[in-house]
Amino acid sequence: MVRSLTRAVALIGSARREYGRLADKAGTVGLWLLIVLLLVVGVIDARQYLVTGIIVGSIIALGALGITLIFGILKFAHFAHGDMMMFGAYIALAALVGGGSIGPLSFGWGMIFAILLSMAVLAAGSVAIDRVVYRPLRQRGSGTVVLAIASLGVAIMLRAIMLLWWGPDQQLYVSGIHPASELPFDIMLKPDQIFIVATAVLLMATVYLLLFRTKMGKAMRAMSDNADLARVTGIDTEQVVMWTWLIGGALAAVAGILLGIQSNLKPELGFTLLLPLFAGAILGGLGSPQGALVGAMIVGISQEVFVGIDLPFPPFGVPGYKPAVAFGILILVLLVRPRGLFGKT
Amino acid sequence: MERGRLVALLAVLAITTGIVGITANDSESLDGFISFLTVFLTTVAIFAIFALGLNVQWGYTGIFNFGIVAFFMVGAYTSALVTKEPSSSEFVKYVGGLGLAEGLGPLNLEGLTGFILGALAAAVVSGIVAFLIAIPALRLREDYLAIATIGVAEVFRRIAIEEEGLVNGTRGLTGIPRPLHDLVSPPDYKFIYLAIAVVVLVIIFIAIERGARSPWGRVLKAIREDELATAASGKNIFAFRMQAFVLGAMIMGIGGAVYSANQGSIVPDTFSHFFGTFIIWAMLMVGGSGSNRGAIVGAYVVWGFWTLTGLIQPHLPEALEARTSYIRDLLIGLLIVVTLLLRPNGLMGEEKRVSLFVEQENKRQPPQVVAPATESAED
Repeated sequence: MVRSLTRAVALIGSARREYGRLADKAGTVGLWLLIVLLLVVGVIDARQYLVTGIIVGSIIALGALGITLIFGILKFAHFAHGDMMMFGAYIALAALVGGGSIGPLSFGWGMIFAILLSMAVLAAGSVAIDRVVYRPLRQRGSGTVVLAIASLGVAIMLRAIMLLWWGPDQQLYVSGIHPASELPFDIMLKPDQIFIVATAVLLMATVYLLLFRTKMGKAMRAMSDNADLARVTGIDTEQVVMWTWLIGGALAAVAGILLGIQSNLKPELGFTLLLPLFAGAILGGLGSPQGALVGAMIVGISQEVFVGIDLPFPPFGVPGYKPAVAFGILILVLLVRPRGLFGKT
Repeated sequence: MERGRLVALLAVLAITTGIVGITANDSESLDGFISFLTVFLTTVAIFAIFALGLNVQWGYTGIFNFGIVAFFMVGAYTSALVTKEPSSSEFVKYVGGLGLAEGLGPLNLEGLTGFILGALAAAVVSGIVAFLIAIPALRLREDYLAIATIGVAEVFRRIAIEEEGLVNGTRGLTGIPRPLHDLVSPPDYKFIYLAIAVVVLVIIFIAIERGARSPWGRVLKAIREDELATAASGKNIFAFRMQAFVLGAMIMGIGGAVYSANQGSIVPDTFSHFFGTFIIWAMLMVGGSGSNRGAIVGAYVVWGFWTLTGLIQPHLPEALEARTSYIRDLLIGLLIVVTLLLRPNGLMGEEKRVSLFVEQENKRQPPQVVAPATESAED
């Protein structure tokens, strides 16, 4: 029975190849229409959730950007990225000294220092992990799947270190109640949340400049397009790999810290973060930086808006189903347009 | 003897000695000692079933499943719902409850029939889940399936928690029927269950061994090594990958069924990524992907290592004792990375033998070639 079923699926597959171009266009148009619908519904019916979605989306975007860069350059799915984000968040927790506050924010200058320190630690740490684990495997010519399994091992280790050092309980950067201010259109927003979006935008702009205005960025894009071609044109690919980890690690650190500011820190969160991160990166098209931003934003907004829409059946209105929303997006994209919105064929 | 096997043998011996030694020292009586070992071996057998399922997917076909826990969970819940009686209390809500463990009249066989039917149901439902998830994801790059399986695991856990009436939410299911339970007194039941788990493991082991050495198994290995060349020889890659993925998931489902009947109760939190997925990957990597014996040895070595570190725990200074379990987590992760770096084929390595008929020929008429070829055909 399994055989006849698989044969049926294979048939559908060949039909899809047959009408490939048409289906691809239809899939793209369909996806964009759904996205517009989501935004319209969000604006009309769930404005507050839409705003939260933008905040969450910009956090996911920083993580997804790292995933997509690593995938573009090294061609493997980095399963330790979620745990790396959490690790960055905990480093900042450890480095956070002194209270006070900058203007209306809940934290002081100590936090800015903690962010910078955590970025540096994670950037250096990622390069170190690459040197010890991934580079030997790469040089041996191991497949990308082996690298992905190695990253699972790294993820387990990072998680264990967090549990060992900080314990399994949930932690906060700053405890206490921080009131949200009311904006027009019944939107409540905390100053911290404006900080989150501003930081994310600043970093994305920096990465954009790095990728499209520097020589290293050009080399990175070249290697992402075709690693062999890049190597024969004299690009130092190991250097490019190092920069990829530096950027990916630093972005992961900030993403984790911003997530910690928005909600809380917990070692277990790392692995579950992978779902929205990859859903965003794949929706945008793995390997495409612009795609990761758009995709992650859409995943973030969908997760929140679906909770805000009050329909009597799942996943609407139930916060627990946020991962299910990300999963639904992932499956939808894999079905109708596996290369994502901005992906190359 | 080949070096890897020697290391494997030494690892098994060291862990066995360690566990036997420490339990013998710690137990108050002979009963406690034997009881501990029985429970340990039962757990190893259950983990070995999962490792065998993963070996069909990853070891033979190169399919990347990071959501083993999803199929584990589906299997455990399915068999529980099939064997359990319907809910009798308004505070305990779950669907189904076919009560097969009690019913069936003369065919009951002390609940054994119900257990077998539960395990088969678990296999079927896990297989269907695997089939559905494979439709969008299996055709694409390997990583996509890995992410999709992580997603399934996450979503199923959420569904089990959120949908109160489905499997009783976070309170979970208790009183899952255990086969042959009335045959012996409760303290002796663990021996019966060890036998059941081992029988299931052996059946699955033999089935996979035969499958792997059939033409079907050789196509799977060919796909893993070179997809394009296999497709060029006229094999439907997608269909074969699908079969391997579904079959592996069915085995994991059976593993879930054996687990839930052993535990007697399950809650959504039982099914963590760590015990449901990570540790099973570690077992297969350490034992040697592509080798069924390796999967079982890996399960023994990794779980033995886990148990041993747990036994050492009370003897450690207090400051360290509280966090020993995280050190164990760390070592499991390290084990995966170190195995990949230093011994990519694991302890046992892949079996080179590819056909049943080569063995038969060899038995009838030992090949006259040089020694290494004979060895690779024999072991």
